Amino acid sequence: MDTGFIIEKFILVAVIFGISLVIAMYSTYAERKVAAFLQDRLGPDRAGPFGILQPLADGVKMFMKEEIIPTTSNRWLFIVGPGLALLCACIGTAVIPWGTPVLIAGKTISLQVTDINVGVLYIFGVVSLGVYGVMIGGWASNNKYSLLSAIRAASQNISYEIAMGLSIIALLLMTNTLSLKEIVAQQHGLNWNVWYQPLGFIIFMVCSFAETNRAPFDLPECETELIGGYHTEYSSMKLGFYLFAEYINMFVSSAVMAALYWGGYNYPGMDYVATHLGPTWAPLIGTGVFFLKIVLFIFFFMWVRWTIPRFRYDQLMNLGWKGLIPLAIANIIITGVVIAIIEKF
Amino acid sequence: MSTQVFYFVATLSIIFSLMVIFAKNPIHSVLYLILTFFTFTVHYVLLNAQFLAVVNFIVYMGAIMVLFLFVLMLLNLNKETEPSKSPLIKIVGVIAGGCLIVTLIGSLKAASISSPLILKNPGLGLVENLGKELFGPFLLPFELSSLLLLAAMVGAVLLSKRDEVEA
Repeated sequence: MDTGFIIEKFILVAVIFGISLVIAMYSTYAERKVAAFLQDRLGPDRAGPFGILQPLADGVKMFMKEEIIPTTSNRWLFIVGPGLALLCACIGTAVIPWGTPVLIAGKTISLQVTDINVGVLYIFGVVSLGVYGVMIGGWASNNKYSLLSAIRAASQNISYEIAMGLSIIALLLMTNTLSLKEIVAQQHGLNWNVWYQPLGFIIFMVCSFAETNRAPFDLPECETELIGGYHTEYSSMKLGFYLFAEYINMFVSSAVMAALYWGGYNYPGMDYVATHLGPTWAPLIGTGVFFLKIVLFIFFFMWVRWTIPRFRYDQLMNLGWKGLIPLAIANIIITGVVIAIIEKF
Repeated sequence: MSTQVFYFVATLSIIFSLMVIFAKNPIHSVLYLILTFFTFTVHYVLLNAQFLAVVNFIVYMGAIMVLFLFVLMLLNLNKETEPSKSPLIKIVGVIAGGCLIVTLIGSLKAASISSPLILKNPGLGLVENLGKELFGPFLLPFELSSLLLLAAMVGAVLLSKRDEVEA
């Protein structure tokens, strides 16, 4: 391990971390603008042109607010909760391949922090850890509503993780690898997995909505029943961490969906671009395409939030256990049979 | 390097496991248990068993411990509600624990701990090799254990449905 390698990875990690934070920041702005657009309003337009400085104003507000820790709550866990939520949201980006290797100043640089050969499972593990931030925070608040919300979050995440895992299994049957780098590389051009796994993609997407606690599955923060949900007792930047974690989760799950099913950095005509623009600019265009897909998914998340009303809790559980899991199992069986038939002939 | 990492992580495992027992609050015990499982994941990585490491991470840390925490939060155990244990139980516990220590020491003495552990097949823990082993020579035990899990699952569903049948 030479120093250059460590510096290269360090810069890459810093850049990805910065980009995720900026995207999360501007997702809060975009969310309000999209909501305003869908409800025929203007949305934030005071801070800067078109309200473009609104996230900065929000950030300053969050930092300036008084910080309150309830005396009856468990102080350490109360602080650990939001930190854990943000940490779990951020570490998922480590295995996502952001693009093909780029040639910068005569050196080929891989646009992926690490290519572990169990990349898909790593993402899955990080997702399953994400619920601890909510659970610990909700419990440590020592508030009945927060506790109920934490319990809801736990049961919702566990239920939808099963369907999510089953939908990925059908995909893995086709790709024959767990490495995200190879899965994306296999989808060269327009050979995207979504054409072969439409049902798997829909199941995966519905589960991502549930895992990121987004509407219509935002039961843990259902304000009509639970005040604010697990972050009722939180104020200042700790509340900001929870809200931020949600947007970073949305960014990461959009990236995972784009990479697993929608071809990642691949786009039709990429070979033509690669031969004409050379090894420096062509991969960067691929990365740009990847980010375009991510932004489209984030927009879809918001579009759904402001269109579909929240589910009732029993409807949520019925959809997960009686709807998505059997569908995902059927999808695995069909995929397996089709692969067996194709291999035979 | 990897030996030093092992000793560091092993120390952490022991400390966290002791904290599981000594923590007064059951929720804290579960949280320490999660940390213990995390150190186990690192042990698996050190043994080059990546698949086992990730599965331990997902299943134990991500699912089973969430359920533990879930149940404990629902029960909402406090110091006041926890029943005090009678001295008889304490004596029985000490005797049982002592027996376990004797057994462990005996088995450790029987095993030759002086010779360093060398993996016969270092690549066995990678997903591809593990899959080939499980679905090749070990197919029957693998399928049988899945049947066992299915039976347990059906049993759990049946037990939780009992009230509805009686009503």
